[in-house]
Amino acid sequence: MSIAAIRPGLPLATINPVAKIAATVPLSIVLVLTLDAVSAAVAIACELVLFTAVGLGRLLWSRRTLPVWIAAPLTGISMVLYGAPSGAVLWDFGVIHVTEGSVQIGIATTLRVIAIALPAVVIFLTIDPTDLADGLAQTLRLPARFVLGALAALRLVGSSIDDWRTLSLARRARGIADHGVIRRGLGQAFALLVLAIRRGSTLATAMESRGFGAPGARTWARVAHFGGREWVVIAVGCLVAAISAAAAVATGSWNVIWA
Amino acid sequence: MTTRDASSPGAASVVARGWGWRHGGRRLPAVQGLDLEIRPGERVLLLGASGSGKSTLLHGMAGVLGGDDEGEVLGELLVDGRPAAAARGRSGLVLQDPDAQVVMARLGDDVAFGLENLGVARQEIWPRVRAALDAVGLDLPLDHATAELSGGQRQRLALAGVLAMRPGLILLDEPTANLDPSGVREVRDAVVRVADETGATLVVIEHRVSTWLPSVDRIVVLGAGGGLLADGAPEPVLAARAAELRAAGVWLPDEVPWRAPARDVSAGRPLLTTEGLDVARVPGSPVLRGVDVTVDAGGILAVTGPNGAGKSTLALTLAGLLHPEGGRIEPSDELARGLRGEPWRWRSRDLLTRIGTVFQSPEHQFLTGSVRAELEVGPRALKLPADERARRVDELLAVLRLERLAEANPFTLSGGEKRRLSVASALATRPRMLVLDEPTFGQDATTWRELARLIVDLRDDGVGVVAVTHDDVFVDAIADRRLEVGAVALPSGGGAR
Repeated sequence: MSIAAIRPGLPLATINPVAKIAATVPLSIVLVLTLDAVSAAVAIACELVLFTAVGLGRLLWSRRTLPVWIAAPLTGISMVLYGAPSGAVLWDFGVIHVTEGSVQIGIATTLRVIAIALPAVVIFLTIDPTDLADGLAQTLRLPARFVLGALAALRLVGSSIDDWRTLSLARRARGIADHGVIRRGLGQAFALLVLAIRRGSTLATAMESRGFGAPGARTWARVAHFGGREWVVIAVGCLVAAISAAAAVATGSWNVIWA
Repeated sequence: MTTRDASSPGAASVVARGWGWRHGGRRLPAVQGLDLEIRPGERVLLLGASGSGKSTLLHGMAGVLGGDDEGEVLGELLVDGRPAAAARGRSGLVLQDPDAQVVMARLGDDVAFGLENLGVARQEIWPRVRAALDAVGLDLPLDHATAELSGGQRQRLALAGVLAMRPGLILLDEPTANLDPSGVREVRDAVVRVADETGATLVVIEHRVSTWLPSVDRIVVLGAGGGLLADGAPEPVLAARAAELRAAGVWLPDEVPWRAPARDVSAGRPLLTTEGLDVARVPGSPVLRGVDVTVDAGGILAVTGPNGAGKSTLALTLAGLLHPEGGRIEPSDELARGLRGEPWRWRSRDLLTRIGTVFQSPEHQFLTGSVRAELEVGPRALKLPADERARRVDELLAVLRLERLAEANPFTLSGGEKRRLSVASALATRPRMLVLDEPTFGQDATTWRELARLIVDLRDDGVGVVAVTHDDVFVDAIADRRLEVGAVALPSGGGAR
């Protein structure tokens, strides 16, 4: 399996990836500005409703988003245990001070991580890397050489996963897999790097022989559209950010970090 | 409509005058003093010993050797009268490794890639993509995933990508070396069809002459010391230069480099027996089911079958490296020598003296910075005393003609040397059973002969050998038994039987 695999016909799959990524930016800005539970909770609610409405509900609760649900509470707990103490002390143990303030920060952090990471993961899963490259190069006018080089490199990630597996088996066959996990892991990582560089240079030769990097204008076989649908997606992203901010301000919980 | 499309119809010519190339950082040139003229429409088979610079010449014609920082050009190499690097788009190059030249995730996009680079207008791209795919016989949807193609299909895809650019010069660097026999035919036929239709000039490198002999009208042999060893029509060159070509490792048509003498009849005690073995590279996704096979001491078992049939996975499972998905593997007492359970439960160190494995790609198993250290890895893990280690290593270096390279870095060796080293490093701990994955893959006739002799010597010493192979000659001339595994239809999702 490769992470450059073609995405199935998911909802939103045909929207220009640049628009989908842009749509997540306003909310991220709002959530970075304020550290409170209300704005993030409202944002999560909006996200769940929106993704379910467009037909991405199954993806939302699939194994692909599991890391988000695990990582977010862990981040929150570390804030509860080690965050700046304020308010009544609930529990004290060495360097750990659990206070009312740190519990609040912990909850706000957990929600914040979910509110930012969840749409990022779900939207990323609807993005075909080829479409993303087309969008970056044609819509944002990033240099084609850079974008296509990155796209080709992405295709090598799949081969590297296979390489890693084979390297592990080879180390067992060579009789050195019983001890020294860390040292062996480092050696194996280095071997993987060597293999990746060799594969990459072959691919570079193949690309060059097909005119990649030749001087002059390049054309694009696929069109990256940027039209009404893309603007709607961005507008929805702005709307979610605005609702979250407004809810926080209205309930009086809006607190800008540096204020 | 004006495009920068350099590909005008018609075949290209190639002229080399005193041409040579020295890689940056190397003292001696890879090629030097080469004078060669290829007329438009000629079909040339390019031969030569490994290290004679065949690939360098082909890359030079394709204009992809790189600039001054990568090496030094001597003399001149012209395609259609222009320096090769300036004539990009006039030539198209297909490389050996089917995995390393797919650029895009979707079939159509991959073929379109070269056209985009040449600045061909969009409305013209897609008809040309379709036509190129038709020409190589890849009748698949344009959005088919390139990751799902077989090796032969990937090589035909690479050919289509080149063809769509309408090159006057098609350059093929061992395009079939990594393919199974049906893949070889598939690609060869596509190349010949394309050459017939377009009339393009064709230059192909290949050890195994018989694949291309009926389709070429000239053979050029590069000498190891620079310049040309022979040049002319195929039959006269092969007849006049047979001895030199054989010495250079070229496979002459219908020749078997070496045949195994008959096996000692007293052999045949089983080392390992499987019952209903299911194998999987990734747990939960079996690739081959229900294998019943016995590995005999003093016997060579060839495992054959099409690409993707699960041959390598089976071999790695027999070798005790992969956990079986189902069924049983029973080592005999002679193999287990006191250990209990199936081989995958044994410790890594315990495998060394019992089952040795040689991987398909030698790079995967190299661990150290020198040939000598590489051979010492196993003996060290067994904690053998220093003098015994040195004795074994010196003996292997001599047998496999690697003495001269004892201090060299394994990664800098040639393909044949890497293969010999990877076999030697498994033999250093004297395993009772040896598992080889494609031992003769892409090897020239000289290396082939050496490996074949070595494997048969092991057999005669009572070692049980399992060799996964696509190589019909190996099966015919070396193997004692053959296990043919087919592409088995598995229930979708790879679930329970």
